[in-house]
Amino acid sequence: MGSSTGFEAAGPDRLRKPPPLLALNGVSKRFRGPDGRAHTALEAVDLTVAPGRFCVLIGPTGCGKSTILSMIAGLARPSEGSILIDGQPVLGSDPRTGFMFQNDAVFPWKTVLSNVMAGPRFRGVPKREAAELARDWLRRVGLSGFETYFPYQLSGGMRKRVALAQTLINNPQILLMDEPFSGLDAQTRQIMSEELLGLWEQLGASVLMVTHDLEEAIALADTVVVLTAGPATVKKEFTVDLPRPRRVREVRFQPRFVELHEQIWSCLSEEVSLAYARATTSP
Amino acid sequence: MIIGIQVTLLVGALGIWQALASTHTIDVFFYGDPAGTWRQLMDWIHGGTTEGPLWQQIWVTLQEALLGFVIGVVLGVVCGIVLGRVKLLSEILAVYIGAFNSIPRIVLGSIFIIWFGLGMQSKIALAVLLIFFNVFFNAFQGAREVDGGLIANAKLLGASRLDVILQVVVPSAFSWIIASLRVAFGLAITGSVVGEMLGAQQGLGTLISQAQGNFNPNGVYAGLLVTTIVALGAEGLITLAERRLLRWRPPRHALEAET
Repeated sequence: MGSSTGFEAAGPDRLRKPPPLLALNGVSKRFRGPDGRAHTALEAVDLTVAPGRFCVLIGPTGCGKSTILSMIAGLARPSEGSILIDGQPVLGSDPRTGFMFQNDAVFPWKTVLSNVMAGPRFRGVPKREAAELARDWLRRVGLSGFETYFPYQLSGGMRKRVALAQTLINNPQILLMDEPFSGLDAQTRQIMSEELLGLWEQLGASVLMVTHDLEEAIALADTVVVLTAGPATVKKEFTVDLPRPRRVREVRFQPRFVELHEQIWSCLSEEVSLAYARATTSP
Repeated sequence: MIIGIQVTLLVGALGIWQALASTHTIDVFFYGDPAGTWRQLMDWIHGGTTEGPLWQQIWVTLQEALLGFVIGVVLGVVCGIVLGRVKLLSEILAVYIGAFNSIPRIVLGSIFIIWFGLGMQSKIALAVLLIFFNVFFNAFQGAREVDGGLIANAKLLGASRLDVILQVVVPSAFSWIIASLRVAFGLAITGSVVGEMLGAQQGLGTLISQAQGNFNPNGVYAGLLVTTIVALGAEGLITLAERRLLRWRPPRHALEAET
């Protein structure tokens, strides 16, 4: 489904070009803290996401996971090291990247349809085509009939679906997600995770997701990467060999899931305790 | 019921005023009275004013106010948004804007008369001046407070710099800007009327200042009455526009949306 602007709609296109290889090599990030001293958030992070794989980053709060995503998206630059997409360094926002934010980044003054159309419209797709595409995506996320609603009229879960449609309509090859479901209640979260998996399987993108929820991480991922407490670096990578397609609500009861959960948790809990201790003791 | 109370208050106040005047407790010569004001108004409507028909005076003032409004708002919004987004410019220009803001603006009206003469331009310039600062500060604040997450999202979705300004910053700053528009129209009328009072040949301000020169308080009141009605009419239109443009805001009493 190509068009004169070269914009390709999402579809079962895993048969076409494979998504790019995402690589972080020796990436460090330093900030100037409020006291003026340099604060190292990330230290020599080495990470690779194989094309089309679902990778989840997990680590204690405040260890810099979101910063990694910002740098890949071109919203921030690494202090050291390089971020390569298909071997090319990231410069600004790569159009192949899609980002799902933790907080609502849906535009409150636009209708649902207008929000989903935003990406294609920014990229030069004519209005009618963009609207058609948007309607299709709204159908896919289960929001048919809500085209003329404003975001304030929707529940949290529905707004997330709008955000999902808004991001996926651009057919991102690298999908970055920063705790996308954290604002939702547990039940809606599970439902959304399952829907995400379904949409992802059609999309065939490489995914890098950040979350605090270990169960969610294992249920969704091909690879779970545990980060240390700050300055964060990769502690250990775990391969999740649970078969696909997965039913998010049921996979957690499989013995292999429970095994993985134990392994990863024992690796992670050290870092969580460390980060907590640092945060709650005065220097 | 509220309207009933409002009407009662108005009638009561007018009644007391008229009573004081009729019983010569206050001197009609200085203070005028409602009956006299009404007579003056009718006189203007039926017999025209010394400068020409009443509707012409209204039209002149209205034209000045409208032009001043449009120019002032556009300038204010553009400058506010640009300075709100380009930090360097705002740092450089802050001092000058602050200084100009502090000059008593009505005084500048006299300067405009010298520069632009007694015609409409000087009144429009004064209206623009009054409006500009008000709208500018609102637009500036609105532009600065745009949610960074929304801007980041727009960029990632493929928005160009211009897209970000037009499609994210401006709508986001809208609530601030619209809040200032009502005040702005009031200022526009003020600017026009006061400008006319300082020196002009036509307009509602001219009527008022002539009445003042003739020691005709009823004339002043009648002029003010007409001005107020025009201003209220415009305010009503702006309120309608505001409701339409801000449909996307959650109503104040419903902080949570439920479906």
